[in-house]
Amino acid sequence: MYVIQAAAVRGRCAGCLMAQSGRRDAPELPDFSLLKRLARDQLIYLLEQQHEVDKLYKVELKPIVSTADQLCFLIRPRIQTVKWISDVVNLDKAAGRLRRYKIIFTPQKFYACEAVLEEQGVFGDVTCDEWAFYLLPLDDDIISLELPEFFRENFLEGDQRWVGAAGGALRLIHSLYGPFSKVYGIGQCAKMVYESWREQVEDGEQKTQQPEIGNVFLIDRDVDFITPLCSQVVYEGLVDDIFRIKCGSVEFGPEVTSSDKSIKVMLNSQDKVFNEIRNEHFSNVFGFLSQKARNLQTAYDKRRGMDIQQMKAFVSEELKGLKQEHRLLSLHIGASECIMKKKTKQDFQELLKTEHSLLEGFEVRECVSFIEEHINRQISMIDSLRLLCLLSLTENGLLPKDYRSLKAQYLQSYGIEHLLTFSNLKQMGLLVEQQPGETLTVMESKVGKLVNDKTAGKLTDAFSSLAKKSNFRALSKRLVLIPKSGEEYDLRVPRDMAYIFSGAYVPLSCKLIEQVLERDGWTGLEEITRMLNGHEFAVSGGANGTESRIKADSQRIVLVMFLGGCTYSEISALRFLGRERGYKFIVVTTAITNSGRLLEALLDNHP
Amino acid sequence: MSRAKPEDDEYWNSSKFSAFTFDDEDDEFTKMKESKRAVNSILVDDDDDDDDVEKVSWSGEPIGTKSKPFQSFSESFTDTSTRAYAPELRKPKSECKDYMSDWSPEETVRRMRKGRAYSLERFRSLQDKLLLLDEAVSLHDGNVITAVLIYLKRSLSKEILFRELMVREVALRHYVHYLKEMGEQKLLVELMKALGRTEDMALMQYKEHLNIKDEGRRRDFLKSCLSLPFSQDDAMHVQDHYTLLERQIIIEANDKRGEAEIFRKYPRKASILNMPLITTLYYSCFYHYGEPEGTFSSPANIRKTFRISEKQYILTALGARAKLKSWFDVDSLFNTKNWLGYTKKRSPIGFHRVVDILQKNNAPAQVLQEYVNLIDDPELRLSLAQKYKCHDIVIDTYKDLKDRQQLIVYQGKVERGSHEDRKIEELINNMQIRWKN
Repeated sequence: MYVIQAAAVRGRCAGCLMAQSGRRDAPELPDFSLLKRLARDQLIYLLEQQHEVDKLYKVELKPIVSTADQLCFLIRPRIQTVKWISDVVNLDKAAGRLRRYKIIFTPQKFYACEAVLEEQGVFGDVTCDEWAFYLLPLDDDIISLELPEFFRENFLEGDQRWVGAAGGALRLIHSLYGPFSKVYGIGQCAKMVYESWREQVEDGEQKTQQPEIGNVFLIDRDVDFITPLCSQVVYEGLVDDIFRIKCGSVEFGPEVTSSDKSIKVMLNSQDKVFNEIRNEHFSNVFGFLSQKARNLQTAYDKRRGMDIQQMKAFVSEELKGLKQEHRLLSLHIGASECIMKKKTKQDFQELLKTEHSLLEGFEVRECVSFIEEHINRQISMIDSLRLLCLLSLTENGLLPKDYRSLKAQYLQSYGIEHLLTFSNLKQMGLLVEQQPGETLTVMESKVGKLVNDKTAGKLTDAFSSLAKKSNFRALSKRLVLIPKSGEEYDLRVPRDMAYIFSGAYVPLSCKLIEQVLERDGWTGLEEITRMLNGHEFAVSGGANGTESRIKADSQRIVLVMFLGGCTYSEISALRFLGRERGYKFIVVTTAITNSGRLLEALLDNHP
Repeated sequence: MSRAKPEDDEYWNSSKFSAFTFDDEDDEFTKMKESKRAVNSILVDDDDDDDDVEKVSWSGEPIGTKSKPFQSFSESFTDTSTRAYAPELRKPKSECKDYMSDWSPEETVRRMRKGRAYSLERFRSLQDKLLLLDEAVSLHDGNVITAVLIYLKRSLSKEILFRELMVREVALRHYVHYLKEMGEQKLLVELMKALGRTEDMALMQYKEHLNIKDEGRRRDFLKSCLSLPFSQDDAMHVQDHYTLLERQIIIEANDKRGEAEIFRKYPRKASILNMPLITTLYYSCFYHYGEPEGTFSSPANIRKTFRISEKQYILTALGARAKLKSWFDVDSLFNTKNWLGYTKKRSPIGFHRVVDILQKNNAPAQVLQEYVNLIDDPELRLSLAQKYKCHDIVIDTYKDLKDRQQLIVYQGKVERGSHEDRKIEELINNMQIRWKN
C-alpha cells in the first residue's frame, strides 16, 4: 500500500523534480561493494599476522600512554608521522622499555618514510607493511581515494609521489570491472597516471571477462579551476560548502537538529529523501520538502478509522518506513532552514552576483570594488581569496595596479604572513598579474613551444605563470559556457548543466567530458586543448580484439577520474548529463573538494 | 573479542554505505578480526618473482618460505650478507653471481617501483647516478624519484647535486619538497641561493617566523628578515610586519593591566599580539579612540604609519564606534564643513553600506533613518527605508519620484490615522504636485 502511495507522490512531484526523469535505457552501475570487501580482507590478513590487536588509537602526535608491549600504527605515509613514531621508539629505548613496533602504511609506503626510520636508528626495531586500500566507495556512483593531499603535493609542490597510487587504483578497477575499450584524458598528471596504469597492467595478468565499465576519462584539476571556486547552489554541494561532508557523512549541529546534540548522518542514495533533492537547485528544495511533509502527514492520517486488523498491518508494514522518512525529512528541513538563514542574507546575493559578473566578464570594475570592500570588511578570508582567484582566472590575471593594491589590502586585513599564500597562488597560476609588454599571443606561442620542449624546466616564473594562463574568456566563448543572458532560465526544468550554477555557467570540466564523449575523441577540439595547455589523449584498446563481445551496456558506463579532487556540483552536473544522454557516470576522485578545501590546501599562514 | 556487534559488519558486507574514517574512535578492528575471510588473491601481487614478496612478522623475520626482508638502499650489502644470503645459495650459480649489482638503471628503477629488492651501491660514477635519476623521472613515480634523490644527497657533494638539479626541473621540485618535509631549512636556503631564486629564498626564510612562539624573538627575527632580497613590494610588507609586531608588543604591555575605564567596561577577549593590521586598527578605535597622534596606540598613528586608505579607515572606525554605540563619533566620521561653514555628510563608502553596518550594530531608529536618507540612489534608498520602516523617507521619496500610485499602495501599509497616514492623505490630495501617474 505504501509503495503505491509513494509512486503517486512521485507522479505528483514530477513537475518540480527531474531526479526521476531521463532516459530509460541507462545501464545499471557495477557493484562496488566488492572493493570494500577486498580492502577489509587484506587488512584482516595483515592484522592476523600480529598478536591480538585490541585497540586502535588515533595518531595525535602526543606521547603514548599504553602498557602494551607492542604498538601497531596504521598511518598515511607522511614523513612527519614517521618522525613522531621514531621519537616514540627512541624514547622507549632510552627508558629501557622493550616493545615491538609495526607501521602499516596505507595505501602504500614511501622510501622517504623508511629513510627516516633508518636515519633515526629505528629501522629494524620498527617493521613495515602496506595496506593497499585505494578506493573507498562513497555511493553507488562515487569512489574516493581519500587523498586530499594529492592536490597540493602534485599541483603546488610538483611531487609525483601519488601518480603510482592513482595508476594502481585504476589498475584495480580495470582488473575488476574492465577491460576498458577507450581511455580519454587531459592534463599532465592524467597522462602520467595513464602511463603508470598501462605499465602496471602490462606487468600483471590480463583477464578476459565481460567488461562492466567501457570508457574512462582522466582529468587534472588544474584543467579547470574555475568550477571548484564557484559558490555551490545545488543541495548536496551547498551542504558540503556549509557543513563539510566527510567521507560521505555529515555532522548536523544543534542549529539543524533543533535539540542540544549533533547528529551524524550518511548522505547517499540510501537516504530516500536526500536522494531526491541532492541534485536540485536549492530554490526547489524547500517546495519539495514541504510537499513531502504534507504527503507524510496524509500517510500518518490514514490510521484514523482503521480497524484492528488494518492497524496491525499498518504498524508492521508501514510505520517503520514512515518514521524513518519522518526523521530524514525533519533533518533535511532543518538543514535547509539553516542554509536559508546563512545564505539568503543580502551578502550572499551580492556575492553570487559578483561571481556571475566575473564569469560573464561584465562590469568587472564593480566586481573589483566589491572584492575590495569584502577584504576591507574582513569578511571570510577564504571567500575574499576565492573572489580574487576568480577575478584572475577569468581576466587572465589582474591589472598590475589592482594586483598590488588588492594584495596589500588583503595582507592588512588577514595577516601579512599570507605573503606566502600569494606566492603559492602565483606559482599555481591561480592569482597572477597581467604581463605587460609583448602581446599575449606572441608570448603564448613562444611559451607553447617551450612547454612542449624538454627545456621546460628552464622556464622562468613569469613564463610559467603565463603558460598557465587560463584563457577563460576564449574557452567560454568557444564552448558556450555562459548561456545568453536575458533569457529566462527555469531552474525546475533545467535545460543544460548550467542549472548547477543557477543557469549562469556550464562547468568547464563537465563540458569537456560531454564534448569528448560526443566526438569520441579530441577531433575538432584542437583550439580548445591548445588553450588548456594540451596533454590530451584518447586511446582505444586494452580489450584486444574483443570489441565484438563487449556488452553494449558497458559502453554507456563512463568512469571519470578527477586528479586533484572534484566537487559535488560537478557530480550533479554529470548525473544530469548522464540522464540526458543515456550514460551512467562513475566518479573516481582523489578526494571530494570545494572552494574552501581547495584554497585551504594552498594557505601557508601556519607553520 | 565478543564485543563486536553483528551490525558492525554491515559496512563491509552490504552494499550499503556507511562512514569509514581513519579517525573514527570506533574500534573497527575488533570487528574486522571477527571475520576470518580468506584473503582474496587479487590484492596480493601474485605475479611477483619469488625473491621479493615482502611480509615481515613482528620480530622482523620473514614470513613464509621464500621471502626476504626489505633491503634498505644504502645498507643493502650488509643486509644481504646477514639475512638474505642463505636463500640465494640454493639458486644456480650463474643467477646468483653479482645478483644485486648487475641491474641496469631501468631495471633498478622498475624494481624499486614494485617494492622489490634493489641496490643503488653500484651507481658510483656521476654519469651512472644521473642515468638512474633520469630513468626514475621518466617513470613519473615520485616515490622512486625521491628515493634516488636521497641516495644522491648522501653520495654527492651538494654543489654537484645542485648543479645537476638546475637542469632537471622535475627532480628539483621533488628535492625541494623532500627538504621541506624533512625540515632541512638551511640546505633549502642554500639550494635556492645556488639556483639564483633569491625571492623564493627570502620567502622561505621569512616563513620561519611562524615557528617562533615568543613574540620578542619573533620581532627580532622579523627585523633580521628586512635585509633579505624580497621583491620591492614584499620588502615593504615585511617591513610593515616587523613594525606592526613591534607596536603590538608595546600596546599589549600597556593594555594587559587593563587599568583604564574602558577595559573594565569591555574586557578584552584576547591579546592583540600577532593580529592582522586591520584588527589592530579596530582594537585601537575601540580602546584608544581620540588619543593624540603622537601615541603608538592611537588610530591616527596607526593609520598614518601603515598608509591605510580613507575608505578602509572609515569602515573600521565605523564598526568599532557603532559597536560601542557612540553615535556622536559615528556622526563626526562623516561630517565635513564646506567653505561657508555648513556641515555636510560625505562618505567614501556608499551610505547603504553605512546603514548596513549600523543596523548590524543595533543602531536606534532615528540614527538609522538619518543615514538611510543620505543614500543617493532612490531605488536603494526606498528598499532600505521600507526594510527598516523609515516611513517618512519612503513617503518623501515617492513624492520626489512623483509616484502617486505607489504612495497609495504604501498607505495601506501604515497604521490608519497615524501621522504617516495623514501625511500621505495630504500628499495624494495635493493638486499642486504633478504626479506622473
